[in-house]
Amino acid sequence: MSFINYSSREINCKIVYYGPGLCGKTTNLQYIYARTNPEHKGKMISLATETERTLFFDFLPLSLGEIRGFKTRFHLYTVPGQVFYDASRKLILKGVDGVVFVADSQIERMEANIESLENMEYNLLEQGYELAKVPWVMQYNKRDLPNVAPIEEMRELLNEANVAEFNAVATTGEGVFDTLKAVAKKVLTELKRGGNQ
Amino acid sequence: MNPDMVMYEEEFEQIQGVCQRLHRDAHAKAVLLIDKNGQLIAEYGEMTGVDTTSLSSLTAGNVAATGGIAKLLKESEFTGQFHEGEHTNVLITIIAQRVILVILFDERSSLGLVRLRVKRAGQDLSAIFDALLAKAEQPSGPSIFSEITDEDIDNLFND
Repeated sequence: MSFINYSSREINCKIVYYGPGLCGKTTNLQYIYARTNPEHKGKMISLATETERTLFFDFLPLSLGEIRGFKTRFHLYTVPGQVFYDASRKLILKGVDGVVFVADSQIERMEANIESLENMEYNLLEQGYELAKVPWVMQYNKRDLPNVAPIEEMRELLNEANVAEFNAVATTGEGVFDTLKAVAKKVLTELKRGGNQ
Repeated sequence: MNPDMVMYEEEFEQIQGVCQRLHRDAHAKAVLLIDKNGQLIAEYGEMTGVDTTSLSSLTAGNVAATGGIAKLLKESEFTGQFHEGEHTNVLITIIAQRVILVILFDERSSLGLVRLRVKRAGQDLSAIFDALLAKAEQPSGPSIFSEITDEDIDNLFND
């Protein structure tokens, strides 16, 4: 649910990075934070455990620039990937405008990817969103590792919906901004579509 | 998707007025109004050096988590939270089940006084948000989004 402020001439949108534990959601945000000019970003907040596993969420506010005199601001969130934090994941999806699903390309994580994708669809539905109507993109992360599944196989298992997909290595930044741009564009296009109704 | 939250100049000024009055009457350090998704709507008072964007996001996360606990305990909502610090105290109240009112105060005020003033301000804010909601549902002129072109969106991403 975007927040359009005619008074301060701002459009605020919420994007959530979803995916199984250790797939690289936080790493995506850390790379974006490290490579964004200070005037375009706020502080990155990570609510994590002592072992740096996400406990509740990571948060990064970004400004993308102006459209027709309106400043566009995106709030990026990650969910905790570990299965037992499901209650927290549901809360973070509230008011979401766009989703990035970060899949772990390692063969042994395919089941975790499928489970997380199903969990995302279910949790979105609980918040009143149908996945098919939510702007979302797919990121196949960790493509640099030796034991990755072929893209065709991942596509078949995870991207039946045929949404835009990106190969990524979040640790080096490969594909990170392409993914972000794609989802931000989808969100704005969806707002435009809504505005035309 | 849910309807978007929209803020107009007229209502924004009314909200600022309520925050300003609450700040004065409650002898507060600062008053913030945040939507449940963590977007800052309005602020008034001494916020220099405070990262209000992060504060808003964390407060909304806190309220969401508390709401989750309420649900588990079969309560509809815990409408208030109080955090006591050495220098700053925080009272968090949910207004009209939609927005979060945050009051920061110190030894110049007291929880009792702040609670009392929040009650009145809460009623005023509820009325403004009801009006805002009704206005947003009215078919008005074309939204700014209908004027946005695909090119505008592309331009945003030209490095």
